[in-house]
Amino acid sequence: MTDPTGVRSPKAARTKDRAATAVLAAIVFAIVVMLVVVVGHVVASGAGKLVDLSFLSGKPEQFKAGGGIGPEIFNSFYLLLLTLLISLPISLLAAVFLTQYLPEGPVARVAKTAIETLSSLPSIVVGLFGMLAFVLSAGWGFSILSGALALTMFNLPILVRVIQQALEAVPRTQRDAALALGLTRWEATTMILIPVAMPAIVTGVIISAGRVFGEAAALIYTAGQSAPTLDFLNFDLSSTSCPWNVMRPAETLAVHIWKINSEGVVPDLSAVSAGTAAVLMVCILAFNVIARLVGRALERRMTAA
Amino acid sequence: MSDAGNGVVLSARDVSVSYGTHLALQPSSIDFAAGSVTALIGPSGCGKSTFLRCLNLMNREIRGCTIEGRVIYHGQDVNTPDVDSYALRRQVGMVFQQPNPFPKSIYENVAFAPRRHGMASRSELDALVERSLRAAALWDETKDKLFASAMALSGGQQQRLCIARALALDPDVVIMDEPCSALDPIATFSIEDTISDMASRGICVIIVTHNMEQAARVSDRCAFFLLGELVEQGPTNELFSTPKDNRLEDYLTGRFG
Repeated sequence: MTDPTGVRSPKAARTKDRAATAVLAAIVFAIVVMLVVVVGHVVASGAGKLVDLSFLSGKPEQFKAGGGIGPEIFNSFYLLLLTLLISLPISLLAAVFLTQYLPEGPVARVAKTAIETLSSLPSIVVGLFGMLAFVLSAGWGFSILSGALALTMFNLPILVRVIQQALEAVPRTQRDAALALGLTRWEATTMILIPVAMPAIVTGVIISAGRVFGEAAALIYTAGQSAPTLDFLNFDLSSTSCPWNVMRPAETLAVHIWKINSEGVVPDLSAVSAGTAAVLMVCILAFNVIARLVGRALERRMTAA
Repeated sequence: MSDAGNGVVLSARDVSVSYGTHLALQPSSIDFAAGSVTALIGPSGCGKSTFLRCLNLMNREIRGCTIEGRVIYHGQDVNTPDVDSYALRRQVGMVFQQPNPFPKSIYENVAFAPRRHGMASRSELDALVERSLRAAALWDETKDKLFASAMALSGGQQQRLCIARALALDPDVVIMDEPCSALDPIATFSIEDTISDMASRGICVIIVTHNMEQAARVSDRCAFFLLGELVEQGPTNELFSTPKDNRLEDYLTGRFG
């Protein structure tokens, strides 16, 4: 092949480009296939239970077949809600502080390192710490409160990162515009930056909610492994059958899967496990889809309303 | 008003800017009069935008940036720690290089800041929005879609909305940082008309531009910056026809920049 100008032959470049495209497409395809196989397998094995109302609303059995996961579903959502209630305001303020008030300097570096370290803690370590701190030292026992606090530790660094990125993605010019109109930094942040970042914040929060929802290790030793029967007409907050009582133990879907597989004795153990896994999977997929839809809807409302 | 004679609204006295230890702007002094347009010219990186951002203390928002010297607004030095830079910015409006409307409705873009600063009456706000949009020559195009998103406007319209937004606070100084550099010629002429219009209503307009024709078209006075130094200032026609400093002459004849 002669190339008098010294420029690489376009044909060779084209071949390379095509090869690269093919490799990249194959990798993407492989990832999608993995996801479809995992989700498909889990949902298919639990499909029967997924549409079985008595399974979805019934209480779990200790020894006989036919137990349900009603309390576990409620516990999972209730724990998620409490975790978000605690971790959202903290992480929002932390992210605002780190992006708007102190983006650099020694304090910011320490804070950023702390957040990164916290986010890389194995969740079982968070769980064991939660047992020591909340269950034993604070004396709250295996309770929703202990579980929500452990989940907060697990969720906080993720949320701070997500919100920080969302705020950093807002063009600087928006902040300048607000400040040039005589707004204070706080007003610029709360009235311009956070609303502009809202689609990304909401998307990030819902996706992190999916992770919290499926977390097991951090909860085994904090929220506990028992699911008291819940009576939704009981509003006595000190009773273990009152659903809203934050001091009662609360086994979640993910913990339930772990428990029946490790120490379950019910005869229909594998069916219950598969059904629970399918419910969990569907919920998490729903979180992801909802995150995209809500984010896109907010974005559209903001830019073209 | 406590103007220091011949309508001077704003002056800089030995204003210098440094980022950390780097001196970005050498001490510069200049007066700006009501109803006049002053153009700050010079090649990229010459300090003209840095200087401009001292006039509403925007540089204070940049970490490690310090403004020395006096920025005198109606006879009062505002470059002191006890002056609320947020209050100053309601009097000294600013328009940026890139149109930066908020992702809100056209109406809300204009009404937002006045409402924050205490204007609550709906009818007052309605009148203010109309007045401001008219002043920025945007009313006719937007009066039927005031509640549509500002993001749907063209670049030129967005920039005029940013001018309307600044005018809604009834400033007596408006500073503009290359307001037309992202716009096409037609939108540029329309902004230039608005600039002349603002000056004729008594507003002191200060505009940074790298476009010499634009400086010649819109400004009464000109200040030439080079390498962080205010080299020469004076009436625009004098500066352009008989520059005193060789560096300005070189710049005008296109030898650099």
